[in-house]
Amino acid sequence: MFDVNKIREDFPILKRKINGHDLVYLDNAATSQKPKAVIEAVADFYENHNANVHRGVHTLSEEATQMYEEARVRVAKFINARLPSEIIFVRNSTEALNLIVWSRGKAHLKKGDEILLSEMEHHSNLVPWQLLAKEVGAVLKFISFDENGELEISNLKSQFSNRTKVVSVVHVSNSLGTINPIKEMTKLAHEVGAIVVVDAAQSVPHMKVDVQSLGCDFLAFSGHKMLGPMGIGVLYGRQELLEVMPPFLSGGDMIRSVTINDATWNEVPYKFEAGTPNVAGAVGLSAAIGYLANLGMDNVRQHEIKLTDYALKKLSVIPGLKVLGPLDAQKRGGVIAFTLKGTHPHDLASVLDGEGIAVRSGHHCTMPVHLRLGIPASTRASFYIYNTKEEVDKLVDGLEKAKRLLTK
Amino acid sequence: MDLYRDEILDHYKNPHNFGELPDPKVSYEEYNPLCGDRVVLQLKIENGKLKEVKFTGEGCAISIASASMLTDYLVGKDIAELKSLPGKKVLEVLGLSNIAAGRLKCALLPFEALKKSLAKLS
Ligand SMILES: Cc1ncc(COP(=O)(O)O)c(C=O)c1O
Repeated sequence: MFDVNKIREDFPILKRKINGHDLVYLDNAATSQKPKAVIEAVADFYENHNANVHRGVHTLSEEATQMYEEARVRVAKFINARLPSEIIFVRNSTEALNLIVWSRGKAHLKKGDEILLSEMEHHSNLVPWQLLAKEVGAVLKFISFDENGELEISNLKSQFSNRTKVVSVVHVSNSLGTINPIKEMTKLAHEVGAIVVVDAAQSVPHMKVDVQSLGCDFLAFSGHKMLGPMGIGVLYGRQELLEVMPPFLSGGDMIRSVTINDATWNEVPYKFEAGTPNVAGAVGLSAAIGYLANLGMDNVRQHEIKLTDYALKKLSVIPGLKVLGPLDAQKRGGVIAFTLKGTHPHDLASVLDGEGIAVRSGHHCTMPVHLRLGIPASTRASFYIYNTKEEVDKLVDGLEKAKRLLTK
Repeated sequence: MDLYRDEILDHYKNPHNFGELPDPKVSYEEYNPLCGDRVVLQLKIENGKLKEVKFTGEGCAISIASASMLTDYLVGKDIAELKSLPGKKVLEVLGLSNIAAGRLKCALLPFEALKKSLAKLS
């Protein structure tokens, strides 16, 4: 029961006019819009249940605690984690990745150890590792991508050594769109005893992700890219690993006992959730997962494949337009970044905005990808459950208009 | 949408003062790595006045049109006066006072180059 028109009715913002036009929201890789169910769940929490969690015995505190923990259970089920305690609530993917780098990474990496990343990492899965590598003297290595924007994994084995301690890769690239073969990579990494971290910011919102089937050790994603509120994100980690990791942030909630000179840590996951958490955010994320689960993640993926396939066909006939990444919709997420000869991405985005169409322009926090391709920036359209073929047509018309205006 | 009004597009497609000076007094390159916009400004100064100005570079329509219109405006002005030229005035000259915050950097890139060239003088 995937009915786009019905879905659209659930998203109040889609009624907005932008510069006199119906909003065509194609910036979903940056953040998604929110359905009424999510907005109302957040409002309901603040109107009827607001209290701090894990701290009181009064009724509201117990209700809030229960809602927060129910959200954790729902997230665990959604990605098929073994235990709810393997779900740590954080602010976003960036914080989840920093948690791994500065807790597990800093405790385990020594001088000369190797960290294997890919050339298509978002800055959030690159810069923290750069800082750690500098601090402990570890070495960064990169899996390159080929001319189709696919990771060159045929010789992946040769990239591993007995010094490889961590492999951290993006599941779906937010600029090339590529879906990376995490399962295969995990198998190889585990053979040399390396742990595997997955940046799933662009996969969990758009396709079925099963952490047990992937076999990864850690996985990070953001609520705001999957219909949920901003300020809530998730780090999944295998229980055995989380248990032996030192805390990342410290303070209230994450301790078991404190004397004036020392402290012991609370159990997982609370050890990693210092301070008052974003309870309303977790409740909103839970509602978002409910909404997505009701649609069915396989249906979500099918809808995006259809749209992406349609868009790739329509875009590829525009003279001078070059799509970054694989040209097969099955091999990519619903993210299409492109360049259009003779036009600058910022101009394209501004002209499209004049038509009510929201796209992203710039390097999308993947500067190294753009450097490697020899372009300063690109324009990106990214889809979600409420987008339609008619909106793709509007994008194409907008691009034609921009081209007429801007090319010399 | 008046961001891309004809005047801006004309300056973008046929920029004024595009090129290099044979004997510049001062030149400065301003670059925005976030979008790849780059403007190199060259100034020639005589008797405390800006005698001639040229620019080269590449970028979006807004940054190029801005360089073209700004350089037109600059010729003949007192250097002392230019040193205190406010960004707000530049936006007026460009007719872009209402530009969206996200594009402000594009519009003011040539102005940044001007400020830094003038700073090099003293
Ligand atoms: C692939 C990828 N990783 C990480 C992030 C960072 O997400 P956030 O900004 O929510 O931390 C994003 C989104 O911006 C992304 O697309």
